[in-house]
Amino acid sequence: MSTTTDLPRYPFAEPPGQPFGLLSDLDRHRFDGPATKVRLPNGSDAWLITRHADVRAMLRSPAFSADASRPAFPLLRPEPPQRDIDRKGMFIRMDGVDHSRIRRMLTSEFMIKNIRRIEPLIQEAVDNALNDLRDAGPPADLVHHFALPVPSMVICHLLGVPYADHARFQQLSRMLIGLNNPAEEIRTASDELRAYIRSLIDKVRETDPGARGEDLISRLVTERLDTGELDEQEMINIGILLLIAGHETTANMIGLSALLLIQRPEYYAALHENPDLAPGLVEELLRFASIVRSGLPRLAIEDVTIGDVTIRAGEGAIAVLSMANRDAAVFGDGEEFDPYRQAQQHIAFGFGVHQCIGQPLARAELRVALVELARRFPALRLAVAPEELVFRDRAVVFGLTALPVAW
Amino acid sequence: MLSIRVDRDVCVGAGNCVRTLPTVFDQDDEQGLVVLTDPTPPEAQKDLLQEAVDLCPSGAISVE
Repeated sequence: MSTTTDLPRYPFAEPPGQPFGLLSDLDRHRFDGPATKVRLPNGSDAWLITRHADVRAMLRSPAFSADASRPAFPLLRPEPPQRDIDRKGMFIRMDGVDHSRIRRMLTSEFMIKNIRRIEPLIQEAVDNALNDLRDAGPPADLVHHFALPVPSMVICHLLGVPYADHARFQQLSRMLIGLNNPAEEIRTASDELRAYIRSLIDKVRETDPGARGEDLISRLVTERLDTGELDEQEMINIGILLLIAGHETTANMIGLSALLLIQRPEYYAALHENPDLAPGLVEELLRFASIVRSGLPRLAIEDVTIGDVTIRAGEGAIAVLSMANRDAAVFGDGEEFDPYRQAQQHIAFGFGVHQCIGQPLARAELRVALVELARRFPALRLAVAPEELVFRDRAVVFGLTALPVAW
Repeated sequence: MLSIRVDRDVCVGAGNCVRTLPTVFDQDDEQGLVVLTDPTPPEAQKDLLQEAVDLCPSGAISVE
């Protein structure tokens, strides 16, 4: 491992006042090519992989492990908050057959054809949230009234989590994904969320199997937990993972998308005129916003060459999705937002065996949300000066804390 | 005529192929893994097929 002390510190600070700028000029200046070494918060080093082709190769290669319990795994936090009890069943942090065993229990749930069946539910959640936004202002906070409730309501319905509990699980979830939150507070939040999901599982188990709901938690209890295919810790953590991933990601995408469209009114007007633009617009928004800003960490478990560098077994590497999604080799002028470009090669959902399981749901929610927002609020505008907008500081998922709008 | 092969052992059910070429690819209800509904699609779909190959995150699709 390198002993130099002047490596760039990673994660990079968000460039102030540029929510869609990935690097400050200072960090850009220190960046010496598509694969560069950086210093992580715990003082260890890792390779930063930023080219589109390299990120794809890295995330598809079996030479890298996603298992954060391995010693020397590159962490984006000062200390690892997770304990063994938090890891069981967390299949995004598993490799090989352990990973596919659990992923395959859940994949069909989020298939395009099954998401199509719940589209009326998405539409209803969007309609209700927009009514709420309308009644709250102007001005009103679009994150609070729209971006956060829509995916929260939908994932609650799918999982069988009471939406009435949203304030509690949203707060716990925010604690868990903040990179700067103290490990002790993260563990406390994790314990509380685990107890909450366990209570939902217990309720299902107390219900006669014939009278249980059609939601995913109920079906997993009947088909996987009662049969012994999953143990209770795995089941709890799967519930936590789906609940967090199901609302944090899309909520921040909706908020940032609304901001970007306010700043590019010509595209917002075009969407208002022609809702058929939405699928292409959504892909470009996913590419350009790339909310998993700090990237996907992996540990090399054998020597492997990625692009121009050889990464040794035991070295960490981070696949920087957001920078790969600006790669000129694939997207031309990748720094330019252009909803008419062919953006489908973006890797905002990751790549390799861990690519987002819920992407059909995310796409459907974004599409319906933005089409309806443009249809019902064509004169949407910021209710504060752009420099007053508050963004999340250092979280796994980038986004707006609030988006005050008027119309 | 094109000839496609899919590997369900490699597939992770991300669904990019179904989104790209729904007339050729599907996913089964049980595990959500790739199912080939048209193993020999017309030459006209060559570009979309290549896109499905490129977008597949796990490398489960090959075209001959």
